[in-house]
Amino acid sequence: MNDIPLSYSLALSAILFAIGVAGVVVRRNAIVLFMCVELMLNAVNLAFVALSPYAGVQGQVFVFFVIAVAAAEAAVGLAIMIAVFRHRESLDMKNFSLLRW
Amino acid sequence: MQITFTQILFFFFAACAVGSAVAMVTRRNPVACAMWLIGTFFSVAAIYTLLGAFFIGIVQILVYAGAIMVLFLFVIMLLNQGNDYEPDMRGTAWKIMAGGAALLIIAFLGRVFGGEIPRPLGMEAGPQALATSTAERGVVGLIGVPLYTDYMVALQATAILLLVAVVGAVVLAKRKV
Repeated sequence: MNDIPLSYSLALSAILFAIGVAGVVVRRNAIVLFMCVELMLNAVNLAFVALSPYAGVQGQVFVFFVIAVAAAEAAVGLAIMIAVFRHRESLDMKNFSLLRW
Repeated sequence: MQITFTQILFFFFAACAVGSAVAMVTRRNPVACAMWLIGTFFSVAAIYTLLGAFFIGIVQILVYAGAIMVLFLFVIMLLNQGNDYEPDMRGTAWKIMAGGAALLIIAFLGRVFGGEIPRPLGMEAGPQALATSTAERGVVGLIGVPLYTDYMVALQATAILLLVAVVGAVVLAKRKV
């Protein structure tokens, strides 16, 4: 587990996070947007795990909390999407404008 | 530099993760997006195990690929997404902006990650100490012991958070409360 340089895993984490950001910008379907957010959370988890041999086991413990928060977020977010779909019959991001401005 | 078998595996799974993440962003059908995202999660789980976090890798597959993505697929199919009359992708200007944002994020993270490795926080830091405590407490105990001693309050707060989230999801998704 020591023969993978830290920079490789951190680079992979940065690339995955950037792909997630690009997905959030370019997609319009709210569920796909949500999946891009999950990808970004995963990239952050990867950075935590990659750094945990150097900064202590706290990194791996924190990944647990991130996964728990991601699960809670997915449950609430998908419920919001079902509620919006019931009113607008669509999941396009232009329908999620009630709190935007 | 000698390229070891672990590094070859790492590059293979990293290529799988990046490839399926790009496919996830570019596919139009939401079900295909979800499937590619599951592929990314499996590749990242394999990388976790290569980095020595075996339990996190298993939890990644169980919780992310097993539970969260089933929820996503369930909602996608429930709401009948993936029609042709509502374009899912934005126009060219947005695509250029997305590429710019991605490059900016990569540059920023490269700047952050390129700095000094943070000083170890606790007593047990460094790859050798991690290997020792894994041998001492086992793969699960490595995370479980600090989770149930040092992070007890955070664990209880997470339990409350999950309860609130479940109640909130039911309230939001129900037709009449």
